[in-house]
Amino acid sequence: MSGSPRAAYLPDGLPIPVPENDGLSAPYWAGLQQNRLLVQRCPHCTTWQFGPEWLCHHCHSFDVEWTEIEPRGRIFSWERVWSPSHDALRGRGPYLAVLVELPHAGHVRMVGNLLGDPLQTVIIGTDVQGVFEHHHDSVPRYSLLHWTNHRMKAVR
Amino acid sequence: MMARASGERTLRGRVAVVGIGETDYYRHGESSDPEFKLALKAILAACSDAGLDPREIDGFSSYSDDRSDAGRLAAALGTRRLSTTTMQWGGGGGGCCAAVANAAASIVAGLADCVVVFRSLAQGQYGRFGQTGGIGTVSGERAYLMPYGVLAPPQRFAMRVRRYMHEHGVRQEAMQAIALASYHHAQSNPRAVMFGKPLDPEKYNASRWIAEPFHLFDCCMENDGAAAIILVPEERAGDFRNKPAYILGAATGAGYRSGAIPHNSPQYASASFETLAPALYRMAGIRPADVDVVQSYENFTGGVVMALAEHGFFKPEEANDFLVVDNLIAPSGRLPLNTSGGNLAECYMHGFELVIEAVRQIRGRSVNQVKCNDVAMVIGGPMVTPASNLLLGSGATL
Ligand SMILES: [Zn+2]
Repeated sequence: MSGSPRAAYLPDGLPIPVPENDGLSAPYWAGLQQNRLLVQRCPHCTTWQFGPEWLCHHCHSFDVEWTEIEPRGRIFSWERVWSPSHDALRGRGPYLAVLVELPHAGHVRMVGNLLGDPLQTVIIGTDVQGVFEHHHDSVPRYSLLHWTNHRMKAVR
Repeated sequence: MMARASGERTLRGRVAVVGIGETDYYRHGESSDPEFKLALKAILAACSDAGLDPREIDGFSSYSDDRSDAGRLAAALGTRRLSTTTMQWGGGGGGCCAAVANAAASIVAGLADCVVVFRSLAQGQYGRFGQTGGIGTVSGERAYLMPYGVLAPPQRFAMRVRRYMHEHGVRQEAMQAIALASYHHAQSNPRAVMFGKPLDPEKYNASRWIAEPFHLFDCCMENDGAAAIILVPEERAGDFRNKPAYILGAATGAGYRSGAIPHNSPQYASASFETLAPALYRMAGIRPADVDVVQSYENFTGGVVMALAEHGFFKPEEANDFLVVDNLIAPSGRLPLNTSGGNLAECYMHGFELVIEAVRQIRGRSVNQVKCNDVAMVIGGPMVTPASNLLLGSGATL
């Protein structure tokens, strides 16, 4: 990994995210590599949508647009994972995965890791800020979106 | 219990389970038989239980992408005439009741006369569910989860259960009670993989976390084996060896955008039964209070909490009071639950062992037999899309 002062949250070796063969999610993954968070929004009925789909689930328009939004949200749920289910995670110890809702984007939700102490107390409803993690040296290259407390962010 | 209105579209009372069969149950990877042979053994055991010539089977129904192909089974068994071959969409155990419903629907619609419903699993041959390896790149739903270490089933479901606990104040003890009840029942079931291995609260609490809020004992086992049942139309129900168990109702599916990825289902803190439970009760013409015994699929105990609440046995806010061991064990509990030991302690046959236990309860032949045994419920894999459920009843319910 390069282009970031921080090591990856999880070790290399986990499956690498790529767009589907039909390209549906390509703008999302390309956006992350440019520090941009893109989600779908329907220009006809203003419905937000994530994960992506070929049409708006509300009005069935096929003209759904990718819209850049601020990577901030609040913790909707969380888990602390202890049991490794992949060779790359053996001996890694516990890690945190959070489900973050984005109230300013139709309350869509996305999963990421919560940076900081994996044993920290996690409170549902806490505001969090997005942090891009770049794997520019990976083949294929990709980027992830993690989350951190506002307060932690201020200290950094 | 209500009579059937004329022209009503229903399965109620029109199909009977007349045979049940299982192989021995093994820890994962320990079956010396390959998966296809296990399927054949379970089907023949179900035919033998019914007193049925296996060549009379004319339909096959399964779920969760079962690998034992219906055409190959029919050829191997010498099936004289193959009629219906149905596979329920969706992975995991969400289809364990839907597979029964699909078979029953085939019979009611006149597409088939004698259908076997089955599940076969040899994880030694095909790899375990709890481990993920050998995958280079991922797309679609998995791309939004796996790079963040959300790979295996416990990781995929723990956040859903955590949110439910948060919304309704459910405590860890409610989940513990479900695990204790399953292990309690397994101790009088010699078929159970966990027979002779009792569980108590200390052992539960001391067990390692898999993914909080799931301890080791909140998670199903992984096993090898196969299980099968034989369905025939009601008019033939009396032609076989055992007391028939009639289908009172079944439902399959999920609510509005339940399958929205990743974790974007509007009803996220849910086991996916908000639309299915009312549909099941409506078809069966009964209420929760009429149910004598419940087999509820436990991929994880937290899913059982949600599933039972969504079927109206208690309100979510009452989960801590209702889910105590005394209420959940046969024969005396208010709602005897997973009376064979289920996925946690009997055998993880993707919930098909739960269907078989429900039939045993209706027959009066369970090793943990409940006293009132006219109505038995099965709830399929929770938290997935589609899910499914099933009500079986004795002849007295018709
Ligand atoms: Zn729209």
